[in-house]
Order: sequence, then structure tokens, then C-alpha cells
Amino acid sequence: MIRVVLPWHLRNLARVDGEVLVSVPGEPTLGSVLDAIEARYPVLQGTIRDHVTLKRRAFIRFYACEEDYSNEPADAPVPAAVVSGTEPFLVVGAMAGG
Amino acid sequence: MSGVRLLVGTKKGAFVLTSDGRRRTWDVSGPHFGGWEVYHVKGSPADPDRLYASQSSGWFGQIIQRSNDGGKTWEAMEQKFAYEGAVGNHPYYDGTPRPWEFTRIWHLEPSPTNPDEVYAGAQDAALFKTTDGCQSWSEMTGLRRHGTAEQWVPGAGGLCLHTILIDRADPKRMFIAISAAGAFRSEDGGVSWTPINKGLNSEQIPNPTADVGHCVHRIAMHATRPNVLFMQKHWDVMRSDNSGDSWHEVSGNLPTDFGFVIDVHAHDPDTIYVVPITSDSLHYPPDGKLRVYRSRSGGHEWEALTKGLPQEDCYVNVLRDAMTVDTLDPCGVYFGTTGGQVYGSADSGDSWTAIVRDLPAVLSVEVQALP
Repeated sequence: MIRVVLPWHLRNLARVDGEVLVSVPGEPTLGSVLDAIEARYPVLQGTIRDHVTLKRRAFIRFYACEEDYSNEPADAPVPAAVVSGTEPFLVVGAMAGG
Repeated sequence: MSGVRLLVGTKKGAFVLTSDGRRRTWDVSGPHFGGWEVYHVKGSPADPDRLYASQSSGWFGQIIQRSNDGGKTWEAMEQKFAYEGAVGNHPYYDGTPRPWEFTRIWHLEPSPTNPDEVYAGAQDAALFKTTDGCQSWSEMTGLRRHGTAEQWVPGAGGLCLHTILIDRADPKRMFIAISAAGAFRSEDGGVSWTPINKGLNSEQIPNPTADVGHCVHRIAMHATRPNVLFMQKHWDVMRSDNSGDSWHEVSGNLPTDFGFVIDVHAHDPDTIYVVPITSDSLHYPPDGKLRVYRSRSGGHEWEALTKGLPQEDCYVNVLRDAMTVDTLDPCGVYFGTTGGQVYGSADSGDSWTAIVRDLPAVLSVEVQALP
């Protein structure tokens, strides 16, 4: 199981507290992790990436193991520490504001 | 009549304000969807406990919420708004072609008769419809594919479809308005559309009397007289007596005819309300005085309504969906400001009180008279 940390607003929307766990078949990639999140919580479809193009929304970032995966392709593998559950996969609302 | 419910959308959530028929004291519920922009909340005329809310965020996109119990609980519904078929281009601010791109829903208009049927006005401009209570949405493509669409330019707030009016006597007859394309009419339930902008004069566009390109801020009509339409344009308050086939100006003695809201008294179709705003460069009331103007003659002659409204140092705006009227007798009139106040009048505008003063900037106000 992969641990996922969602931003506060998306936790509220999905009606969850703290980290969530998702099961990802095969070798987890960035795209398959996001697929699993949206499958488990359909209300999040469109909130992290576009409904149609599956492009990451502009003010969303993906972090893991202190690395930025935001601009990696969907077929990029996620780190082994995330696959093993040692480290979480972070979906982050980008800093913005005055 | 047992009560009144105000549905207030703000920059940081939705609020539900309730009162009894006297409209003197109010209970405030909210924020619902705290931290999200709520452009519009509206109830079904066919089922007052069925509410719909448009919740959006620059971070997380569009959410549609539905309540079946008058706003006590909410459920997130289908939020996929996909333009159908090839997406064309419209001119961007700099004149370059730009593909249609969905940003948010500005306005939700439930059917007069079916609580599961709702129309949604989008940015970039398009009309969507659900017939299953927001479990799915489909685009009514006849509007976006109108032959003039490639001339539609965004207003400062984006290329938004912000007004949807349905003729209750003939629900297939609909009116919409887009900033900055203008007003359109459909006679077939939204399948096909005709621009209805003859008589509008907008000096801000190359051809001031063009068929499209006008920045219409809001249209209003009285349910019993659907052939008469009132419009607050970017500048000018306008009236049509033939369902939009032609318009004439009724700004009359207003201190300025720039503004956003316009609405019609619930029981007198010739009594209308606007809130004059200084200019397109100064989005606040003239002289720091917040004044609603009422015409009892369908335009031309206007009176300032000031009792209970701030008459000094007031520099708020009243946005296009932020005025509404209830159906009680006397008619209640309500509006919200970008300063977070919601003002109400239980006597058709003669006097006003602040129902709440410190909400986030108000984007929309709707009212329901409860049985």
C-alpha cells in the first residue's frame, strides 16, 4: 500500500483524516498512483489533474523523498521508499498568495 | 409563508441566512465549503430543499455540491464539464486566438419544474445541462458553436456565461448573457441561439453597435411579463419590450449608469432596482455613498434609496449575481457587497438593514421564500 498525503481541502472533500492508503497494481508509476487515488476517491477526479487531458493542475505539486516529481511523466516510477510505504507520496497545493 | 432563506456565495465559502416572514432577525449558517470560492448557490423552484452550489478554486478546480435538506448537508456531485467535439478559438485579451478552456461555473439555474434539471453557465463561455440532479453534465453545443463565437472576447473577469433566465410560461424560451459577447435567446430549450443585442451601444468595441461583443453585466425579467427584459450593461441600463429583439436606454437620471446588478420587484413588473457604480475604472459607489436606485416606471425615472445604507466612506462593489428579491408581501430586496455585507429590505427598498457585515467578499445572493 502506498501512503498518500493530500492537501487539507482535498482531505475535506474526500472526507478523510490524515494519510490515505491506496493499492497500486504492478510497478507503481506517478500516473498509476494518481489513478489509484482517483479510483478510491472519485470526488477527487479533476481536482489534482484535468478530467480530460490528465494534465496536472497548475497549482498542484507532487513530492516524494524530498524530490519534486511534479513535472515527471505519468510513466515515471515512484521511489522505492514510497512503494515500500517507508515514505509518503505528497500531493501539495502550491504556495501562492500575498 | 413560514420563512425566508438567503443563499450567499462568497470568495471564501457559502453562507445560508434564514429568517421568519418578518425578516427582522436572521440565523447565519456557514461557512460551507470554507476557503473555496462559491460563485453561486441556488435552490430549485420545484423543491425548495434542493440546493445547488458552484464551488471552485484556482488550485483544485470545479466542484458542484447538492443539498437535499435546504443546506444542512451537502454532497459533491459530478464536476466534469467537458466541451464536446472540437474546441474552437476565441480572441484572447491580446487579440491572439485562444482555445476554449474550462475554468469554472459562474451560474446555476435550476428548472422551474424539475428539481433534477439544472443549467450551468461556464467560463470559458458555454452552457451545460444536467437532467439527473448533477450526476452527469452535457454541453448544449449550439451556443458555443454559434457563428459569432469566434468574435467573443473575454471581459475582465474572463469569457463567462453569467446569466441564465428561463421563461416559466414557456421553459423552452431562455435568455443568457456572456461577458463580453452579449445577450442571446433560445426558443428551443437551448438547442439554438440568436444574438439579441440590437440597440446596444458600446463605445469600448470597434463597432459600437455590433451584433456581438457587448459586455452585458446582467439581465432580469419578471416572471409574469417575460417579453420585457431589463439589462445592466457595462455602461447603460437598457430595456427591451420585445424579448430582446431591440433595446432602448432607460438610464434616465441615474448618477452613473455603470453597474453590475439589476433586478425586478416580485409583484410589480415595472419596479426595478440597480446599484450605480462610479465607472469602469472606479468600481465603487459615487461619492462613497451606497445607494440603491429604484424606478417604479420601468426605467427613466429613478429614486435613490439610502435609508439604512452607508452614506459616507463606502467603497464596496456589488457584483452581478449579488442582488435578489423575495416573493413575500411587501417584497424583500437583498444584495451583498465585496466588503462582506449583506443588506436586506423588507419594504421593497424603502429602508435597509445589514443582515451580516463581515463575510468574505460576496459573489452572489439568492433568496427562497419557504412554505
